[in-house]
Amino acid sequence: MAEEAREFTSRADAHRERLRNETVAVVGVGALGCAAAEALAAAGVGRLVLFDPDVVELSNLHRQLLHRTADLARAKVESAATKLVARHPATVVEARRERVTTINADALLRNVHCIVDATDGFEAKFLLNDAAVRLRIALVHAGVLRFLGQVMTIIPGESACYRCLFGAPPAAGDVPSCQEAGVLGSLAGTIGLLQAAEAIRYLTGSDSLLTNRLLTYDALAGRWRHVRLHRNPACPACA
Amino acid sequence: MPIQVRIPTPLRKLTGGAESVSASGATIAALVQDLESHHPGLKERICDDNGKVRRFVNVYVNGDDIRFLDNLQTAVKEGDEVSIVPAIAGGAR
Repeated sequence: MAEEAREFTSRADAHRERLRNETVAVVGVGALGCAAAEALAAAGVGRLVLFDPDVVELSNLHRQLLHRTADLARAKVESAATKLVARHPATVVEARRERVTTINADALLRNVHCIVDATDGFEAKFLLNDAAVRLRIALVHAGVLRFLGQVMTIIPGESACYRCLFGAPPAAGDVPSCQEAGVLGSLAGTIGLLQAAEAIRYLTGSDSLLTNRLLTYDALAGRWRHVRLHRNPACPACA
Repeated sequence: MPIQVRIPTPLRKLTGGAESVSASGATIAALVQDLESHHPGLKERICDDNGKVRRFVNVYVNGDDIRFLDNLQTAVKEGDEVSIVPAIAGGAR
């Protein structure tokens, strides 16, 4: 047992050393982004770049764990960065209060090693996928809604991308967003932490990522499932 | 010839909250038709006006995407498990 513990500690040290030189972009600092960013900083990721144009609202607080009542009306990226730096001073946190768009995505994301998609909305999810594929940067995708969560990791050129899975976003209003339909706070936290675990596993060279499979978590039934994914030879993004 | 169909949480209001329902049919198309007869409204959520599976919904048979099998003509048999997986977008706000 002591030997196992020593082995774990020495692997953890080696991983921390690797993570110190890595930069992860966390796009969206809401429920998923708060959980993911905290776990990434705690794991020793050297630099986090947070993107979010929004300010903290009262209705966010039950699930967006880095924000406090005192942060209401403050930019989410600043609120999050303050807590992250206070707890994890070795991590450099860059707070960028802006929306990632089709126009600025390549310039904003070009120099990161991994992107965590913690956005709320199909438009953002598709554009992040397309940018990650273009830039050939690993992307950890997640979506949450009410009691359902989904996670997948995309290694451009190697594994199925989000457009291989879903060809196009639904028409506006066909599928509600979290803000419209709500989400169980603990589900969003669980999925955000899973995204951090995926990013860490990718950055430390794991060969058993959530690639070519979508992990779904049904928090109502307490059930985890996988479905297999394939690269779509006619994918508009990555084929 | 009942086949279990896993219903994702966003569609469960159409199945009275059931996570899994039984349906019959030799193909996915027949299964969807049978689902519709017992749970009106489900077909419209899965298929578009032309009867094709919507681009933001995927249907899996035993974990495999029917787009890489025979789409709606994919054969199913008793004991197969069919899952419906919709795109969901929530996360940040």
